[in-house]
Amino acid sequence: MTELTCIVCPMGCTLQVAQGADGITVTGNSCPRGAQFGKAELTDPHRSLTTTVHTTLTTLPLLPVRTDGEIPKALVPKAIAALAKVLVEHPVKAGDVILPDLLGSGIDVIATATATE
Amino acid sequence: MKENYDVAVLGGGPAGLAAALAADAAGASVLLIEREGRLGGILKQCIHDGFGLVRFGKKLAGPEYAQHFIDALAQSKVETALLTFATHAEQTPDGVKLTLVSRAGMHTITVKKLVLATGCRERTARQVAIHGTRPAGIFTAGAAQYYTNILGELPTKRCVILGSGDIGLIMARRLTLEGAEVLGVYEAKPTPSGLARNISQCLKDFDIPISTSHTVTRVFGKERLEAVEIAEVDAAMQPKPGTAKRIDCDALILSVGLIPENELAETLGVALDKRTKGPVCDQNGQTMTEGIYACGNALHVNDLVDYVTESGEIAGRAAAAASAQRSLCPLATQGEFLYAVPQQIDLATLKTQTVLFFRVSREMQNAMVTLSVNGKTILEKRYRHLRPPEMERLAVDLSSAGLAQNSALLLTVKEADKTE
Repeated sequence: MTELTCIVCPMGCTLQVAQGADGITVTGNSCPRGAQFGKAELTDPHRSLTTTVHTTLTTLPLLPVRTDGEIPKALVPKAIAALAKVLVEHPVKAGDVILPDLLGSGIDVIATATATE
Repeated sequence: MKENYDVAVLGGGPAGLAAALAADAAGASVLLIEREGRLGGILKQCIHDGFGLVRFGKKLAGPEYAQHFIDALAQSKVETALLTFATHAEQTPDGVKLTLVSRAGMHTITVKKLVLATGCRERTARQVAIHGTRPAGIFTAGAAQYYTNILGELPTKRCVILGSGDIGLIMARRLTLEGAEVLGVYEAKPTPSGLARNISQCLKDFDIPISTSHTVTRVFGKERLEAVEIAEVDAAMQPKPGTAKRIDCDALILSVGLIPENELAETLGVALDKRTKGPVCDQNGQTMTEGIYACGNALHVNDLVDYVTESGEIAGRAAAAASAQRSLCPLATQGEFLYAVPQQIDLATLKTQTVLFFRVSREMQNAMVTLSVNGKTILEKRYRHLRPPEMERLAVDLSSAGLAQNSALLLTVKEADKTE
């Protein structure tokens, strides 16, 4: 059995995750999302990623971005490296796609701030 | 800028944005004053996600959460004064006279009501008594976050973090992702002060060690920090002899607590609560000084921005309403609380929902929190787990509780017997 802290919400439930004969069982969760998280942590952990990318905009030289969903945890270092190369050269609105399909994950990277000039 | 407004809101962070929008929606003329060039307050640099779960049901990044309100502000009649400092405030028979300084010079305005949404400040190295030299390289977590996320300059290659507040944990992850080496997080208290999920996703995910009951006792280096001395501490937080060790690093990052910012409130003679370090207020966010309101982290340090917004809305809406004679009943606490807010209940403006916040002073399992009026219980809530770093919110109907000015309104907390 593995003990994990659920990171889905600020409650931070302590989960007990066990691999049994008929699959993985999760206890200690307060909601279905916690059970889902516990199972995923043992099989295929995912994380959302937030970072910044450079821009040529005077009001916002550094644009905050995030993945619009979760990417495999193992992909995080490569994703950081890929985003370090991005340069945004036009005004953006929060929610605009900055890098589509990040490293083939199917997840877009979106702007989390608006910058007009 | 005009010379008169119904409401001036000081601070363009999440509390001030919400207060300005709520006052505007209630029909008041509103001036929002922000000293920086952009609205959003600290959220501008909080690029991590997790904001807005309560309010929007989604995990948003800090700037994205702020953008919702900045966009709404653009559609409202609120006037915004950026790069503007309020240097002085004084009460006059007409309300509050504010002295403002901006690039256009100095001018004064008179407002009927003032909402303080000035946020909080980080405790610094000077406030945690670290001995040694005074080299560069000692930052608060918020300063390190500003360098990294706003300026795009990595402030360290190899650092130690003192304190396990959430910003420190988030910066441990952020600096690691940007290529710095975080050697460890040290916490003087026996338990981490940040959320359990941040210990997990910011430290464990990156194999960053955390040592509780440890603190930084000395710093070394002349121009730039070269090393820190770490020692184990006893229950009284005193370093244990013989446990000191030296760690080479170029930065020490402090995440050792936040204090509400109330410099202007103090000049107005607003009564402060020693426990929250913010103003004493009623359920509308009105301080004990008529016409002066406080909300968000200026009132007490929150852990969720969603509640900061709620507090701003409450204060903004109330500030837009006409003044009325208050009839106050104090909210007392009994048992192991750090504090409860609001400290006073105004009976003249009681609505069917009153929002209370509290923090307990130690970790408790299966605790029962009870609110009573003259010994009669009006609300009971059982908590599986209560921790000092986690603020709890209670919504209660006090309008039908038969409250009078001399009522004993009491919040108590009791942990279930261990034998149960």
